[in-house]
Amino acid sequence: MAKTSSRRDFFIRVGQVSTASIVGGALWGHVLVESKANAFALRPPGALPEKDFLATCIKCGQCVDACPYETLSLTKVGEDGEIGVPHFTAREIPCYMCEDVPCARSCPTGALDREIEINDSRMGLAVLIDQEACIAFQGLRCEVCYRQCPLIDKALTINYRPQERTGKHAFFEPVVHSDVCTGCGMCEQVCILEESAIRILPHKLAQGKLGSNYRLGWKEKTKISNFKDSSPEKTKEERQQESNEMLNNALDSLNDMGTLYD
Amino acid sequence: MISWLKNNRFLISRRISQIGILLLFYVSVHFDWKVGGVEILEGNLSSSTFLGIIPLADPFAALQILFTGHSLFTETLLGAGIILVFYALVGGRSFCSWVCPMNIVTDSSLKLRNWLKIPSAIQISRRVRYYILALALILSALTGVAAFEWISPISMLQRELIFGMKLGWVAAAMIFLFDLFGQRGGWCGHLCPLGAFYSIPGKMSLIRIQFNQDPCTKCGDCHRICPEPQVLNLRRIGEESMVSSGNCTNCGRCVTVCPEDCFQFSFRTKK
Repeated sequence: MAKTSSRRDFFIRVGQVSTASIVGGALWGHVLVESKANAFALRPPGALPEKDFLATCIKCGQCVDACPYETLSLTKVGEDGEIGVPHFTAREIPCYMCEDVPCARSCPTGALDREIEINDSRMGLAVLIDQEACIAFQGLRCEVCYRQCPLIDKALTINYRPQERTGKHAFFEPVVHSDVCTGCGMCEQVCILEESAIRILPHKLAQGKLGSNYRLGWKEKTKISNFKDSSPEKTKEERQQESNEMLNNALDSLNDMGTLYD
Repeated sequence: MISWLKNNRFLISRRISQIGILLLFYVSVHFDWKVGGVEILEGNLSSSTFLGIIPLADPFAALQILFTGHSLFTETLLGAGIILVFYALVGGRSFCSWVCPMNIVTDSSLKLRNWLKIPSAIQISRRVRYYILALALILSALTGVAAFEWISPISMLQRELIFGMKLGWVAAAMIFLFDLFGQRGGWCGHLCPLGAFYSIPGKMSLIRIQFNQDPCTKCGDCHRICPEPQVLNLRRIGEESMVSSGNCTNCGRCVTVCPEDCFQFSFRTKK
């Protein structure tokens, strides 16, 4: 009798523990999955793709410690975003692109790529997000973001356009190039407006993507391989000769058929 | 005064150790304080660099990251190994009473509840921390983020003490109130998976509390003051002449409280 009762107790115990684990685990898991992510958070140079970065960052703050400009900080409880991981706010203190990248070099876990060359880093992308506010688009001369850009004339260039209102001036419009811009944020920090017109956004928010079905003819160096004899180096004469040959061949084959004129 | 110092010698040493370690981190971050050209401790309790070269890492945090399916640098694994071996030598849960800043919070809560004589409102089994430990690893694997690190009040508190405070104190306040009105030793003794983790290498610790059975009058003072009283099973520690449980935090309270001086710190003796 005692034996059945202890077996019964055992199963009840198992039931209680597993129920508690499942309920607790579900709640805890919910917190982990739904934890308020900050889609606008900018990570230190060399950060892995966001999901891998969040998984491997051990939140030790050695990158924060290593940064000589106090750019980085660990997200505190009550701030926006995942608690404890490093981020920076470009408008306050941008990344000054140290050549030796001390923050990434100090990362113990590999959440930041230690081998990163600073110009290859992609912390985000500068986007001229408000043309209506940018004074360059009003026809006033500014260029401050352009002058501040550490990769001037590569990441940020000026597009000159005639200014019709006066008829003798030009617009000096800043243009960002995504293949070079590291997202350091110096342009955003230095923008003379009360609220910056140029801002660093994570690539996911800033960039579109062309479908892979598109072929931009003027960029395609090689033609579609189904076409026969399509090497583009052929001169006009060669092509003419080719088509003559084809024509002769066709006439020959017609003549060979013989029965046609009988 | 002298006798007060003597009776509180372990408490004072523990506070110096806890605050000192945080302070070493703090001066590295805020003042770039260096000795002989190197910062003594850079980082925080999750992972750090000692003397500019020796890596240290929280082995439980590293384990959770491994469970997310991500690999770690050899350096981090080495750092976690160093910490693990260290605590296997000095007693796993020595971390709890000599390093963890949350210990200051829970000790003060315990002091206040003893003074106010507040009864426990709830009863949670001491085994629950091991379920939470297992759950932390399972959830790390399922969600792809280090599950306990994401919500750990210990990490939040120490991080903000070192890097600057915002709302991290709320985590400490919640633990304080839980221990005060909920259950005696509720967090450290029943829920904390980090303590549960450290109790595992603690089983083989070299440094142990030695127990001399002969003068013991079974007054129960040690039991009343111990944060993990189940480790002081007088019959069992009498047979083994030492406190062998991995959950002993080596805090030394029993050593100073015992009127017969039955307890003392010693190295594990072969029996």
